[in-house]
Amino acid sequence: MERSEALFRTVLRLGDNSLVLGHRLSEWCGHGPQLEEDIAQANIALDLLGQARNYLTYAGEIEGKGRTEDDLAYLRTERQFLNVKLAELPKGDYAHTIARSFLFDAFHLPLQQALTKSPDERLAGIAGKAVKEATYHLRHSSEWLVRFGDGTEESHRRAQAAIDGLWMYTGELFAPDEAERTLIEAGILPDLASIKAEWDATVARVLAEATLVRPADGWMARGGKDGQHTEHLGFLLAELQYLPRAFPGAQW
Amino acid sequence: MSAPLTPQDVLDLLEQVKDPEVPVISVRELGVLRDVQLTADGVEVTITPTYSGCPAMDVMRTEIERTLHAAGIDRVTVKQVLSPPWTTDWISASGRAKLEGYGIAPPPHSADIRALKGAAPVVKCPHCGSTRTEMISAFGSTACKALYKCTDCLEPFDLFKCL
Ligand SMILES: [Zn+2]
Repeated sequence: MERSEALFRTVLRLGDNSLVLGHRLSEWCGHGPQLEEDIAQANIALDLLGQARNYLTYAGEIEGKGRTEDDLAYLRTERQFLNVKLAELPKGDYAHTIARSFLFDAFHLPLQQALTKSPDERLAGIAGKAVKEATYHLRHSSEWLVRFGDGTEESHRRAQAAIDGLWMYTGELFAPDEAERTLIEAGILPDLASIKAEWDATVARVLAEATLVRPADGWMARGGKDGQHTEHLGFLLAELQYLPRAFPGAQW
Repeated sequence: MSAPLTPQDVLDLLEQVKDPEVPVISVRELGVLRDVQLTADGVEVTITPTYSGCPAMDVMRTEIERTLHAAGIDRVTVKQVLSPPWTTDWISASGRAKLEGYGIAPPPHSADIRALKGAAPVVKCPHCGSTRTEMISAFGSTACKALYKCTDCLEPFDLFKCL
């Protein structure tokens, strides 16, 4: 794969991961289990949306066809989104939302940290902003996972069920596709195996503190990176893209 | 204009542009205003966001343009950069004092990795000065603030988060 095509797809994926997960978290706005958490999730969603804007703007520039962040967010179809499946799963109960955020954040933070050292200056600049935000996000999801896991019988049961159910979606985070392999070889993207090592350590530490059990690695879902998504993404996009689809070219 | 415009004139004018979320502190005191250049194409102002998703950036950009246009400077470009990333250490001494006067505890000094990793900073209540304070939530009324409460005067307050 050509370097520019690989960079386009990879930067698009970085944007899509943040955009799709950010949208999921925004679904808690006005529905949070307590006021502080409602505000926290809206703030985290906003951080992710900001990261998505930066990455999608850059992706549009790499592609060089004049597509803006809005064109990429609002006018692509489901199969053209390259995010991992973990990001698009429904929000579920609050334990499920926290468990998913934790599994993602534990990956996202070391990835952004490594990207700050990328020779691609734009990527390093965007990651330099994102890394500080991702630090707060991981802290937030870790604290809540511990609270649920080491909480009541009910909260423990729900947290363990969430981790068990989400586990098969974690393999995709660390399985590079052709575009990512091209950039890893070029030294632009960190080796995902090194990110996996950091993820394993964080997961082991936090699950232990939360008195939760790490599930055995079994079959892992793939395909999101290639545009083959779960049935949930289409519904998410129907809501996310409604306005620009219904009123093409609408301006504030 | 009679005398030729200098970058300092532009900076002085931009002192009027405030953070829309904390309207007592200017974009310069906040450290969001990074540079002013006079070029053949007019005035070029460089700003940087506090957070990736800071919704105030568009407002600040518009306000910068409006302020300079009102002063008779027609050709204005506002450029946004991400690097080096903004840190709370860039908030000026006057900015910190104004935050506190406004009821927002200024950020703990030096956005070093320790503070980010969670070593609890000593936070002074902006209402009574007590340091007996507790964090309620790491995420406050805006992305850049955390929510605290004072165990002496019992008032809640915002802390400008270390970044
Ligand atoms: Zn007090």
